[in-house]
Amino acid sequence: MPDITESARRLAEIIAGYQADYIEARLEESQASHITYRGRELESIGKRRAVGGNVRALVKGGWGFTSFNDLSELASRVESAVEQARLAGGNNKSELAPVATVVDSVLTMQVKNPVAMPLAEKKRLLDEYNDVIWETPKIQTSIIAYGDSHKKTVFLSSPGSFIEQERADVTLRLAAIATEDAEVQQSGLSLGSRGDFSTIENLHQPVAEMARHAVALLSAPRVAGGEYTVVLDPVLAGVFTHEAFGHLSEADFVYENDRLREVMVLGREFGSIDLSIIDDATMPQMRGSFRYDDEGVPGAKTYLIREGKLTGRLHSRETAAKMNETPTGNARALNYRYPPIVRMTNTYIEPRTASFAGIIGDIKEGIYAKNWYGGTTSMEMFTFSAGEAYMIRNGKLAEAVRPVTLTGNVFQTLKNIDAIANDLDMNQGGGCGKGGQMPLPVSNGSPHIRIRRCLVGGR
Amino acid sequence: MEDILARAKRVAETAEVFMASSEETPVQFEANRLKHIQSKQASFVALRIIKGGRVGYAVSTELNDRQKLVEAAVETAEFGIRAEFTLPGATAYPEIKVFDPAVEAVSLEEMVGLGSELVDTVTKHTPEILCDAEVARGTTLIRIVNSRGGELGYRQTGFSLGVQGQLIRGTDMLFVGEGQSSCHPLSDTRAVTDLVLRQLDLAREKAPIATKPLPVVFTPNGVASALVSPLMAALNGKVVLQGASPIGGKLGEQVFDAKLSLHDDPTIGYRPQSHPADDEGTPSQRTPLITRGTVAGFIYDLQTAALARKKSTGNGGRHHGGLPSPTPSAFTFTAGDTAFDDMVSDIKEGLVIEQLMGAEQGNILSGDFSGNVLLGYKVESGKIVGRVKDTMVSGNIYQLLKDITAVGSDARWVDSSVYTPSLYCPRLSVASK
Repeated sequence: MPDITESARRLAEIIAGYQADYIEARLEESQASHITYRGRELESIGKRRAVGGNVRALVKGGWGFTSFNDLSELASRVESAVEQARLAGGNNKSELAPVATVVDSVLTMQVKNPVAMPLAEKKRLLDEYNDVIWETPKIQTSIIAYGDSHKKTVFLSSPGSFIEQERADVTLRLAAIATEDAEVQQSGLSLGSRGDFSTIENLHQPVAEMARHAVALLSAPRVAGGEYTVVLDPVLAGVFTHEAFGHLSEADFVYENDRLREVMVLGREFGSIDLSIIDDATMPQMRGSFRYDDEGVPGAKTYLIREGKLTGRLHSRETAAKMNETPTGNARALNYRYPPIVRMTNTYIEPRTASFAGIIGDIKEGIYAKNWYGGTTSMEMFTFSAGEAYMIRNGKLAEAVRPVTLTGNVFQTLKNIDAIANDLDMNQGGGCGKGGQMPLPVSNGSPHIRIRRCLVGGR
Repeated sequence: MEDILARAKRVAETAEVFMASSEETPVQFEANRLKHIQSKQASFVALRIIKGGRVGYAVSTELNDRQKLVEAAVETAEFGIRAEFTLPGATAYPEIKVFDPAVEAVSLEEMVGLGSELVDTVTKHTPEILCDAEVARGTTLIRIVNSRGGELGYRQTGFSLGVQGQLIRGTDMLFVGEGQSSCHPLSDTRAVTDLVLRQLDLAREKAPIATKPLPVVFTPNGVASALVSPLMAALNGKVVLQGASPIGGKLGEQVFDAKLSLHDDPTIGYRPQSHPADDEGTPSQRTPLITRGTVAGFIYDLQTAALARKKSTGNGGRHHGGLPSPTPSAFTFTAGDTAFDDMVSDIKEGLVIEQLMGAEQGNILSGDFSGNVLLGYKVESGKIVGRVKDTMVSGNIYQLLKDITAVGSDARWVDSSVYTPSLYCPRLSVASK
C-alpha cells in the first residue's frame, strides 16, 4: 500500500504550481471488516482495503472535482480538476469564507483499532447474540450485521493547510423476525461507537427483549390513523430532531434560495421557550465527532434553536460566504469519492426538568413511541417510524401496538412539543443519507419529549 | 487478475476474481446555475475462495496488492459459510447490448448545454422555481475469471438526465422531479421536462382531503415509491429461504389480482440495469415473478439457489463489492390497457399518489406501508382538482394488490430499475390534518 502522507506531500508541490482561485485535496486509506448473519448461519464475512483520493478546484466561481483510486497520476488529476473548474466557472457562483490555515496531525487513537481485532473474537460475541435471539419461541429468523472500519485521511489545500486525521467506527444492527400464520413481524436494535468495540459487548439482555418484542407484535393490534398526543423516547426523539429540524438547518438548502432565507431568518420562533437544539462536533468520542471537517475547518458546537428561536445554522465555507455568516465546520464527505457537503454531526435537544412519569401522567389516550426504523424529510414535511409503540391510557403505559409511522410539518410540529424531560441520551446507531452520500456516521439524541396533535398513520 | 487467480488456486480448492473499473462524469446544476463538473475514476478487485469447504472473501482497491488480498481471503475462510454452490465453467452468454461508444463522445460542453435546457424549460414555465439538474455519462468495465474455466468480460455505458425543482411560497414547499437513463446518449430533454411541467400544473392549486378510505391511483412514480420495496423483499430467494417472506410458501398460488404480472429482466438492450451475466458469471435471463396474479418465482444467486435446491436466476449482485447475494436487476410490470385519464375520470372522490415519502421505513416484510404523500392530487368527480398536503396513507400491499380496479397503459421506467404502469386500487386508508 502506498503511504498517503508521502503522496500528499507530492500533491502539495503539484498544487503549488497551478493557477486556480483555490485547490484542495484529500487522500484516504481505510481498512474494514464485516460479519453478517441471516438466520442461524453466518451469511458473509469479509475484509476490505481501500486507498483513494480526490482533488477539488475552484476557478471563477465554478467547481471541478476528480476522484480516483490510482495514486500514480496525481498531476493529471489536478490538471483535469482545474480544467473542469474553468469550464464550470465564469459566473462567480461559488466563493469561500476565509478560514485560518491549519497544519496539524490528529493521529492519537483513543481506543484500539477494531479492524485489527481477531475475527474469532468478534464472531464469538455475535454467535452469543444469535443464540439469545433463537432461544425465543416463534422466532422465524434473525439478521445480524456487524461492521468496523479504520480510516486515515490527509487534507491539504493551496493556502497551505495540511491535516492528518484518524478515525474508527463500529456498527451493529440486529433484528429478530417472528412469524405466525401469514403474519411477519420484526423488531430491531441499532448500535454504534467511534471504534470502541466494548460498547457493543454485554447486550444479551436488550437482545433478548428485542426478540420477545418481535413475538409480542404478532398479536398486537394496529392503531387507527389520526392525530394523537405522542411521547417519544430519547432514541426516536433524536431521529425526530435530526429529520424534522436538523436537515432544515443545513445552510446548503437555504443559501441560494431567497424564499427559504426569508422563512429561515435568524430569530424566527420555532418552538416554546423550553426548546433548544444543538449540533456539536466537539462532544468526546461520539460517532459524529471530529477535530476538523473535510474543508479543514475546526468542528464546533452550534446552537440551532435557543429557547425556541432560530439562532444558527450549519455551514460549509461556501454557504457561510454566501450568507455572510461564520463557517461552522460542518462540511463532510462520506469518503474520497465525494466532495464535502453540509452535514450534521451530533445533534440533540437540550434536556429540561420534567420526568417521564410526569410527561405521560396527564395523557388520557396517547401513544408512546420508541426506537427507530428510519426517518426522512422533504424539509417542510417529515416522516419517521418507530420500532416499538404502546398505548398510553389514563396516564399509564398500556398495551403494545404495531409500530407506527409519524408525520408532521416542521413549522407546526416543533411548536406542538409541550414537555421536555431531564433524561438526555445519545443514540449512536444511526447513519445519515444526503445527496447520495450514505451512511455518514452521526449521532442524535434527546430526552423524552411530548408532542401534541401528531399525525399517525394507521388503518 | 490471472496472477491473483493463480496465487489463490495454490491455497484454495476454488477461486473467483471479480474486477470492476469505472469512469463517470457528472455535470451538476444547483439553484438554476452550473455548479460542478466532476470526473470519478474507481476500480476494485474482489477475491472469493472456497478453502476447506468454506467461503473466504476480500476486496481491495489496490490492484497490485495481490498477495495481501489472497491472505485476507484465507483469513476469513476459516469462519466463512459452507460453500454449497459450484461456480460456472466456460459458458456461452446471451448477446445483450449495453455499450454505445457514442456515450464517450459526448463533450462536456454538450452536457452543460443539456443541463441548461433542463433548467431553462422548467424555469420558463414557473419563473420562481429553483432547479437542481444533473447530466452524467459513464463507462464500466467488468471482468470475472474463476478456477473452473469460467471467464467473462464486458463494457457498459450509461447516460442520465435528471432535474428536480422546488417551489417555495411562505412555508409551503413543493418538490417536483424526473429523470431518465440509458446506455445510449440522451438528448431529448423534453421527455424529462414534460413530466415535470405536468406535475407543476397539477399541483398548482391545493385541495383538502378527508380522513377515510378512498380509491387511489398510483402513478408509475407512486408505484415505485410505495409498493416496490416490499415486493423486492418478498421475492428475494434468501428471504424466502429463511421463511420470512409472506409469499414464500405460495409458489403457484393466486396471491395478487389477475391483472398483475411482474418479471425481473436484465436482458433488455441498452438499459443500465441489463447485462449478459450477473456478478458471479451466471448468464442473464428474464425471470417471471408474478404471472397474472400467481406467484411464479423468486430471485436467486448461486449459494442461495443451492441451499433452496433451485437454480440461480442470474441475480447474484455485489453491493459495493460485497459477497454476491440475490439482487433485483430490473423489475418490469406488464402494462394494462386503461388510460391514466380514464382511471381518474372513474373516481368520484379519491387520491392520485405521485410520490410517497417514508414508505420503505416500516416493517416491509409484512407488506405494511405507511407514508407522507409528498406529491399527490385530490380527485373530485373524475377530475384532478389540486395537490393534497399533510396527508398520510397506510396499507398492506397484499391486501391492496389482491384487488386492482385497473392497470394503466402508461408503463414507463422509473429510476433505472423499475418499469411500471399506473395502478388503480379501490380503497386505501387516508389520514389528513
